[in-house]
Order: sequence, then C-alpha cells, then structure tokens
Amino acid sequence: MEALKEMRAVYAETLVRLGAADDRIVVLEADLMKATGTGPFAKAYPERTVNVGVAEANMVGIAAGMSAEGKIPFAATFACFASRRAYDQFFVSGNYARLNVKLVGTDPGVCAAFNGGTHMPFEDLALMRAVPGLVIVEPSDPVSLAAFVQKAAERDGCVYLRLQRKAAPALYKEGETFDFGKAKLLRAGSPDGKADAVIVALGALMAGEALKAADLLAAEGKKIAVIDALSLKPLDEELILEWAAKTGRVVTCENHQKRGALGSAVAEAIAESGVPCKFARVGVDDEFGEVGTQDWLADRFRLTAPHIVAAIKGL
Amino acid sequence: MSPSERARVEAFAKEIRKLTIGMIAELGVGHIGGAMSIADLLAVLYDKRLKAYPEDARAADRDRLVLSKGHAGPALYAALAAKGFFPAEWLSTLNKGGTRLPSHCDRNKTPGIDMTTGSLGQGLSAACGIAMALRLDSNPATVYAIIGDGESDEGQNWEAAMFAAQKRLSSIVAFTDYNRAQIDGTTDEIIGLGGLAEKWAAFGWNALEIDGHDVGAIDAAIETAAAVGDRPTMIVLHTVKGKGCSFCEGQVGSHNMNVTKEMAAEAVAALGA
Repeated sequence: MEALKEMRAVYAETLVRLGAADDRIVVLEADLMKATGTGPFAKAYPERTVNVGVAEANMVGIAAGMSAEGKIPFAATFACFASRRAYDQFFVSGNYARLNVKLVGTDPGVCAAFNGGTHMPFEDLALMRAVPGLVIVEPSDPVSLAAFVQKAAERDGCVYLRLQRKAAPALYKEGETFDFGKAKLLRAGSPDGKADAVIVALGALMAGEALKAADLLAAEGKKIAVIDALSLKPLDEELILEWAAKTGRVVTCENHQKRGALGSAVAEAIAESGVPCKFARVGVDDEFGEVGTQDWLADRFRLTAPHIVAAIKGL
Repeated sequence: MSPSERARVEAFAKEIRKLTIGMIAELGVGHIGGAMSIADLLAVLYDKRLKAYPEDARAADRDRLVLSKGHAGPALYAALAAKGFFPAEWLSTLNKGGTRLPSHCDRNKTPGIDMTTGSLGQGLSAACGIAMALRLDSNPATVYAIIGDGESDEGQNWEAAMFAAQKRLSSIVAFTDYNRAQIDGTTDEIIGLGGLAEKWAAFGWNALEIDGHDVGAIDAAIETAAAVGDRPTMIVLHTVKGKGCSFCEGQVGSHNMNVTKEMAAEAVAALGA
C-alpha cells in the first residue's frame, strides 16, 4: 500500500504551487516551521517567508499589515495559539479591519497528543465561529486540503483553516471541487438514497471515525449516511437539513468541544428549520485536554466510531 | 526648520487642536488628553514630512501612518480634514451613529487612515507587516507609527520591537507619546516606563528623545531617522497630556472626559488666532 501523504506536506506543496503563480502569497511562522512543514516554501521563496519567533500575536498583526499592502499571508501555528493566543489580533487587526489574513491552526484537538492539555484546542472553532464574516474550514483529506488552501488564497477576506497535519487517507479523487459553504455527502445510506440516520463529521479524524461507525452499523443492517461538513462557517445547512429530513436522526461528531462549533451549528440550523428529527452530538464534553497518544485520547474523549455508534443507537 | 516654516507648522498644530476640541465638544465627551499631546507631531507630519495625497488617499507611493493609540483618532481626523482628505463637515459627526469618524481609527471608514486600531498594542505589528510588504515591493515609502506610553504596557509592542530590529526595518519611524499619564493614573503610579529611549535602544532601535511639542525638534528628529539605513527609529516624545487645551492641560484625568461647548469655546479662545 502506498504510504499516506502527510497533510502538512500537501499544505506546503500547495503553497509552493500557488506562490509560483502569485508573488503576493507570503508565509508566516512563529517558530513552528518545522512542525507546520513549510520548509519547501521557505526554500523556494525565502524573501516571502517570515519567521517571527515565538510571538503569535505579533505574527497575526504582521500578517494583517502585509495584507493591507496587498499580500496574501498564510500564518500558521498550533491551533491553540492561533485561537486563544492571537484571538484579539485576528479579530481586530485581521477581521474587523476587513483585511486578508489566512490563519492556519494545526494539531487540532486530540491531535496535540503528547503536548497535552495546554496545547489541546477543543475550543478554537467555537472562538472563531463568533467572529463576524469569518470563513472556517477543516479539510478532511489531502485533496480537500489542497483545494481549500487555494480557495483561501482566492478569497478576499480572512479564513481560519484547521489543519490536522499528519497523514490522512484520501476521501476524494483528484479534481473534486470544493467551496466554502459546501459539505460533501461521503456516503448515502443505500443506493436509493434512503438511510436510518446521518452522521455529520468535521475534519479528517472525525470523517474517518464516522465512516467506520457507518460500517459497524451496516454490519447490523442499518443504513447510515455520512456528511463531511468541511466548511463550518458558512455551514452547508441545505445538505444537512435535507438529510435530517430524510432520516429523522442526526449525529454530529467533531474533534472539539460539543459546545460552540459543529454540534451547535447543526442544532441551531435544525431548530430554526422546524425539520423534525432526533439529534445527538459526539464531541468533548466540557473537559480540558491531557497527554496521551492520539488514539488513546480519541477514545478517552469519546470521539471514536464505537461512541458514534452508541450515540446513534441512543436516539 | 526656518522661522517661517515653524510659524506655519505651529499654526497648523493650533488648527488641529481647535478642530479637535470642537469635534469632541460637539459630542460632549471624548479622548481629548492624548489627542492634544500628539497635535504638534501630526502638524509636522501632515504639513511637511508625510507624503500623502488627499485626492488619492491610497496612492502606492504615499507614506503610511499607523496611529496605534487609535483613541487619538479625533486629532488625526482634524489634520486629515484640514488637508482635504474629506469634507470638514464630517468633523461634527464624530462618534455619532453612522459616522465615518469613529472614536478609534478605522481604515474602512475614513479616507487617509491606513490601519484600523483601537485594541492597544497592535499597531506596531501592523506597521512591521506594512514595512515588510513595502520592502518586497521595493517601495521606499516611510511607515510612521504612533504609540502611547500607557499602550507601551502591552507586550505585543515589544514583540514587534524585536521583530523590526531583527528584520532591519529602517522604513519604520515610530513615536511614543510619553505624556506620562494613563487612564488610572500617572505612568509612574501604574506601570513606570523608566528610560523609554534606553529600552528601545536596547531592543536594537535607533532611539531619540525630544520635546514632543517643539515642532522644530520633531522635524529634525525625523530628518535624522531618514539617514539611518539599518534600524527602525523610535522617537520618544516628551509631551504633556492635554497640551494646549486650557481645561485639561497637564491633567491626568483627561484621557476621556466630558467637554461642554462652553469649555470648548473658552479653550479655543485661549489658543488665540
């Protein structure tokens, strides 16, 4: 089997490709270039690479200033720092100023693994969702990642891109098109489009767990649809509500607190639509992170396929 | 600076003060103290040093200005209106619903404003980003930045200070309005800044300190900054909060205060013709 490609390698090679065609693309790092993997960009375009040191707030402010002069900055750091540490800078200097900062938060949720609770963002998406007009995406595989990095570059306005930087299997074929506000139906429950429930997942880790959960339930004769949310804001309410109406049972799953991100957004959409359905959220239940392997943590925080299965059965 | 030029710039500073007092009195409340203390600096910049085009406020070859102490916006609006960036009638709309002149600077609302500021400590980072971008574009424009002394408590300034020195951003000419007063008291009472120029020098900047109300000294300091090619410049301006405004000069409590039309009329009269 071909070795899976690291998501960070896709991030870097996409930036190199975009940077070749557009010299407005600049990369900012806060002493985590080795982690983010943007070395290839720095090698290709050293003059367009800015390492600010351990100073995330300054990085976002510098990115805002560069965008005021027409540059298209991609600034990356661990998602905990991108959100909690530089929130006001991203809010005011980036978003409120209507500038053009692409902020990339890596190692979301349990992906922070051995860095533990201080580095484990279960709340970045909730924070970002409260920023007016901000576009928020969490790509689920290498193909969607490359597409959304390009979309982010093309958009005139701030974007928060949540990046699981380790390897993830391809869910889409090359050439698949993506857009902000558009989710993907990864799996219909059955060929005739009928299903007993729909899982709405966000991010590579949770999309994978959602598909596994669908397989586990398929073995029991249950038809489960899976939606890859991709774009948290704007959310593809149309597709989600369509399947909520079809199935009457919706479970959201996210590598994040249950409160404030995907689960909340889907619940709000359902409640306001009047679509009658049962609903449950799989996510972190008001807890801080801790150390462990990603797999151990995913189970510890009840994010894995068996927990999704249990949530569906509980409806 | 020749005597005639000095007279002209000083007259402009007086005009900035009068317009600022008037616009704040129109509303009845505002950040008058820290606006008054930078009036002389703004007069030097907009009457002489800063390359700007009122009819083309975003011209590529203009000098940039980031007013990081964004609450002093009214003084900047006075300078911009006087130079024709927008109609003088706008000044009476300060902070009223729907205005294009909000209390804190907004690059999307006001012609001539280069950066949105107001959350203290963020402007110098933006100035660094602007300077980095201009360097990439081989644009020789100067990036001016004005920060407050109370604002200097914010750690982000010092992140930006190290960055600008590391990247040798000599296009940045920054000023600290060292009026020695912040909201809750004097800077010495709250967070003493000590030798501010020494701090900036230790951070690798070309640091100067001058009388911030001496337009000739301000002009000369900017002139020397232009000759420094390998470092950013910080000009510490020793100023007086509320300078030139009879009812609040030297008053620590003038950060944000009520101003009646009667107070304003008296202060404007005291400034003289």
